[in-house]
Amino acid sequence: MKEKFTTLKSTGVPIQVENIDTDQIIPARFLKATTREGFGDNLFCDWRYDGNRQPIKDFVLNQSTYSGKILVAGKNFGCGSSREHAAWAIYDFGFRVVVSSFFADIFKNNALNNGLLPVVVSDDFLKKTFDALAKNPKTEITVDLENQTISCGDVKEKFEINAYKKTCLMNGYDDIDYLLSLNNEIRAFDAAHS
Amino acid sequence: MNSKPKTIFEKLWDSHVVKRAEGYPDALFIDRHFIHEVTSPQAFDGLRKRGIQVFNTSRTTATADHNVPTKDQHLPIKEELSRHQVETLRKNCKEFGVDLYDLGHPYQGIVHIIGPELGLTLPGMTIVCGDSHTSTHGAFGNIAFGIGTSEVEQVMATQCILQYKPKTMRIEINGKLGKGVVSKDIILYIISKISASGATGFFVEYAGDCIRNLSMEARMTICNMSIEMGARGGLIAPDETTFNYIKGRKFAPQGEAFEHAVQEWKKLKTDEGATYDQVLVYDAADIAPMITYGTNPGMGMKVTDRIPTAEELKNISEQTSFKKSLEYMGLEPGSQLLGKNVDYVFIGSCTNARIEDLRLVADIVKGKKKASNVEVWVIPGSKQVEAQAKAEGLDKIFEAAGFELRSPGCSACLGMNEDKVPAGKYCISTSNRNFEGRQGPKSRTFLASPLSAAAAAITGKVTDVREVL
Ligand code: SF4
Repeated sequence: MKEKFTTLKSTGVPIQVENIDTDQIIPARFLKATTREGFGDNLFCDWRYDGNRQPIKDFVLNQSTYSGKILVAGKNFGCGSSREHAAWAIYDFGFRVVVSSFFADIFKNNALNNGLLPVVVSDDFLKKTFDALAKNPKTEITVDLENQTISCGDVKEKFEINAYKKTCLMNGYDDIDYLLSLNNEIRAFDAAHS
Repeated sequence: MNSKPKTIFEKLWDSHVVKRAEGYPDALFIDRHFIHEVTSPQAFDGLRKRGIQVFNTSRTTATADHNVPTKDQHLPIKEELSRHQVETLRKNCKEFGVDLYDLGHPYQGIVHIIGPELGLTLPGMTIVCGDSHTSTHGAFGNIAFGIGTSEVEQVMATQCILQYKPKTMRIEINGKLGKGVVSKDIILYIISKISASGATGFFVEYAGDCIRNLSMEARMTICNMSIEMGARGGLIAPDETTFNYIKGRKFAPQGEAFEHAVQEWKKLKTDEGATYDQVLVYDAADIAPMITYGTNPGMGMKVTDRIPTAEELKNISEQTSFKKSLEYMGLEPGSQLLGKNVDYVFIGSCTNARIEDLRLVADIVKGKKKASNVEVWVIPGSKQVEAQAKAEGLDKIFEAAGFELRSPGCSACLGMNEDKVPAGKYCISTSNRNFEGRQGPKSRTFLASPLSAAAAAITGKVTDVREVL
């Protein structure tokens, strides 16, 4: 069972960069752990720390101005490697939602499999959210999974999410439970195809 | 009775659906599951927690590649965490009864190189691995894609994965490639045209007579980088080239069984009249030796072109990322890369570390010496590639040129093992990703073909390979 997700109201942390790949989210040298925990410390490591592991002041995660459980990022977020560690790192850091106008496929799946909700918004909504956060870092964003809406200040829009994944998130289910229930059918298929 | 014409992708998909239920993604049966040390430990733990076994160990194969050193492989891995991860793989494979091609084994190598060379990768299959470049295997006419660790656990536990059917895209390349242009240039060209996200949500089929004329090694290079334009995977329908490659391989069907399999594999093609969600057609004659200048594989150009300026970009929103990217690379918008000094040359990775790649490189460097300003690493993709290279005397050619032929592994493709490009240095690389820090913190990568990389090794600069041929 995973944590259930229904509605989230929170401030947002903006990273206005396109094509953020999973090597930026969690560089390969941190993939050596054999558990799922603790990756948050190295989230965006090379943007966050200098060579002596001193925080780089310009980077948003090092600024007290911005905080919250919603990460807002540029188009094509999570491209590159299939490492699920990227989703684990974002979740472990404390985010529960990532907002972008476009997500890479594998990242989206990995996020959903770990209780992290990727919300795909229009380019226009994304721009307005960045603007609103720039103007007032305390702007609240509300994500309502049941009704599939996201709002930020006075803009609001509907977002798409696959019905099955939505049920899983709202109830904390994972795919494996369903697949295990098909065991006999799978055994039969395997036997017929070997 | 005529059924609706189908693409090869649709045929493969539909024939692997164990269950299609209203409100659920398809439960897709997986014929072959490859495992490596980085993305599997948490999945094995998951099985342990649930008290279940690997569903079918005969469909599961493991190797150690990402973390391994490429020097002194017979010694224990120095770096503690890497060693622990490889040891954990060893322990897990033993406990769950999974075949492992461990360090030192004659079949060890990069997971996407050993599958095909062992005949574990075959036409008509569904193949997954916790690694995005699983798309490589699609060159044999199968559905192969990368998955995350939760999915690795699903496949271990049930031999199935829950998936929605992606959209289909056909990319056709027709005509003849020019001098000095190889399959790596084809794929870098396509990605530069459609961007690093241009095929997201799609599964690609590569077709056209130019693709048909490529060797299996060259086809694998193209399918390998499908993921770099966001595609779920890429495939090429099997043909005589495919069957000849497979024949006699260790785990491929042998004798009569092979002949029978070939008859089945021949049916794996797209029906006349089948439609795709998107079709792109390119002319091979328009493709030149390519190089990337930025920090995603879509930021590529002909080696003789100049880098665009921010103003030339169509999309205003791209401009911030573009500036950030060039700053990272230490390059000026509007400038040329040709003639720029490089510090490292990396020939390796699951994109270009097969025997054919090493032969291409050896052909160019034979009797020449590397430039004094560069360090050159040649990393074979597997123990078998290494042995073959030595049998052909390629190692001698490399040695005489001042290159270092090391042992197999992912090496400097990703900064996870001991091979890293130092901060600020430029590396011309035959791998597949030029992301910030990919080859080591603050390293700067130019992606190119093995031919272009070899040319740069000799001149010490970004070079148009056509001038040294
Ligand atoms: S060679 Fe590079 S891209 Fe290929 S599997 Fe290894 S790390 Fe991944």
